[in-house]
Amino acid sequence: MKALRWHGKQDIRCDEVPDPAIEHPRDAIVKVTSCAICGSDLHLYDGFMPGMESGDIMGHEFMGEVVEVGAENKKLKVGDRVVVPFTICCGECDQCRRGYFSVCERSNRNKSVADKVFGHSPAGLFGYTHLTGGYPGGQAEFVRVPFADVAPVKVPDGLTDEQVLFLGDIFPTGWQAAVQCDIQPTDTVAIWGAGPVGQFCVRSAVLLGARQVICIDRVPERLEMARAGGAVTIDFENESVVERLNELTHGKGPEKCIDAVGLEAHATGSLDSLYDRAKQAVMLETDRPHVLREMMYVCRPAGILSVPGVYGGVLDKIPFGMVMNKGLTIRTGQTHVNRWTDDLLRRIAEGEINPSFVITHRAKLEDGPALYKTFRDKQDGCIKVVLQP
Amino acid sequence: MLDMTRRSPRPETASGLARGLGWFSIALGLAELVAPRAITRSLGLRGQEGLVQAYGVREIATGIGLLGTRQPAPWLWGRVGGDVLDLATLAAAGGSRRQREARGIAMAAVLGITVLDVLCAATLSGTPGRATSRGGMSTPRSYGYGGRRGFRDLPERMRGAARDARIPEDMRIPKLLRPYGN
Ligand SMILES: NC(=O)c1ccc[n+]([C@@H]2O[C@H](COP(=O)([O-])OP(=O)(O)OC[C@H]3O[C@@H](n4cnc5c(N)ncnc54)[C@H](O)[C@@H]3O)[C@@H](O)[C@H]2O)c1
Ligand SMILES: [Zn+2]
Ligand SMILES: [Zn+2]
Repeated sequence: MKALRWHGKQDIRCDEVPDPAIEHPRDAIVKVTSCAICGSDLHLYDGFMPGMESGDIMGHEFMGEVVEVGAENKKLKVGDRVVVPFTICCGECDQCRRGYFSVCERSNRNKSVADKVFGHSPAGLFGYTHLTGGYPGGQAEFVRVPFADVAPVKVPDGLTDEQVLFLGDIFPTGWQAAVQCDIQPTDTVAIWGAGPVGQFCVRSAVLLGARQVICIDRVPERLEMARAGGAVTIDFENESVVERLNELTHGKGPEKCIDAVGLEAHATGSLDSLYDRAKQAVMLETDRPHVLREMMYVCRPAGILSVPGVYGGVLDKIPFGMVMNKGLTIRTGQTHVNRWTDDLLRRIAEGEINPSFVITHRAKLEDGPALYKTFRDKQDGCIKVVLQP
Repeated sequence: MLDMTRRSPRPETASGLARGLGWFSIALGLAELVAPRAITRSLGLRGQEGLVQAYGVREIATGIGLLGTRQPAPWLWGRVGGDVLDLATLAAAGGSRRQREARGIAMAAVLGITVLDVLCAATLSGTPGRATSRGGMSTPRSYGYGGRRGFRDLPERMRGAARDARIPEDMRIPKLLRPYGN
């Protein structure tokens, strides 16, 4: 089969590889009909996440048709149409039973390494480094889905791939980011990043009833899309983020702040960003936490920082004094996808939201490598890429 | 080494080269910063230690810039400017015959590096970067995403449509922090 494989920094190729096979009786094999490139894939593409090996198959946003099921899998049958959440979970461990699927205690088959790196291991993820299991990903014609009797979401035929594909990651991610803010009708929610995740944060915050939703980025067409979803926008390249946020909140700062940017934050002309670039360049720091610092600074006391943006390692100059003295709450994590999928599938089916609004590029799997670059560089108005194997 | 039969290196080779030049800048800069006396002595630039250290700072800054950016071309042109400055400083000095010889060798080395810098900068200047609102390569263009609201109705009318969602207790703020204790 064909698959997009990582061969090193900024080197992704469409290769011919052996088809996957059932390895465990709870597995299923899914023939991928649509898959997408995620902002998290860009962190791998740019070489910021440790634990990738040459030849790893990329991709964790995918859906398709079940073509084979293991003997013990009672949930799926051949022919089912499923969206597969990017977090692999067993459904039985303490964490899964509490709904903390992204920290399932059993799905990471490289648990001992992850235990060393993270203290305790999170769940296994598709196409996302050997620290989270090194499972071959979904930017491929076929995928083996472990614990396939737990996470895959069956979708009705009446809904198109494009309507439901994002149930596997970015829609629940934006949703959880907003839910974690426990939005009150009086709240201003400020969202850094108008990428695909930021777009779903904006829509979720509006649906959950925030009084004011503000979105920060510098890419004009992304800001335009955020405004279409009901956000007030700030262009951080041409305006002072802190000043504008204070203006929009009568000097008090937003109650809730969401970081939908992650470890590759850009900043123009700020001292801390030069510092990060320098330290990252000589490998003394792994991440660039400019957005985190800005949120800690501008957030209203007793507010919440919700962090879906991905960080990989060690961060410098985090003003924790501000967090402590203002009594801020930080909530973060990979998304517990299955906690939200039933509710969100219903909202899609009822037409409340149609997630396909975010798709700007559609192409064949073979064109994937070129589109990684287009997406990364935000060329050609690219916001979300969907590939069809 | 660089294949001189090609008119200019391929962009991928040039990016690698740019990183190499970045590390080189940092190494040279550190040497200039911590051991200016050794350098001025051998090149007959005695009394110019301050200048050499300033050049060191310049090299380190350029090196870090080169390693930390996706668009190394401006930093490389910065290096070319620095090379010219180095050459001028070397050419202007006097000193003994041995020191003049040493400076000749140093100038040859700097010239070699200058050629690399120019080649690399010229190649990478041709590679387009991200189109941004300002200073981008392509003219700003509207993509017409203004209608992509994603909702079935106007956002104003969708505000609060999902207030029926059950917010799990573990994701709520402690009761005391809720504005009206609801
Ligand atoms: N927690 C999860 O489970 C989960 C799931 C999916 C994605 N993610 C993460 O969410 C983040 C965003 O993903 P995406 O797909 O939207 O990626 P993306 O790269 O398309 O979007 C990031 C956006 O942030 C903007 N940005 C950069 N610096 C900024 C700054 N200083 N202020 C404001 N905006 C800035 C960029 O211009 C870009 O539009 C990534 O870190 C990704 O890894 C997390
Ligand atoms: Zn993702
Ligand atoms: Zn589990």
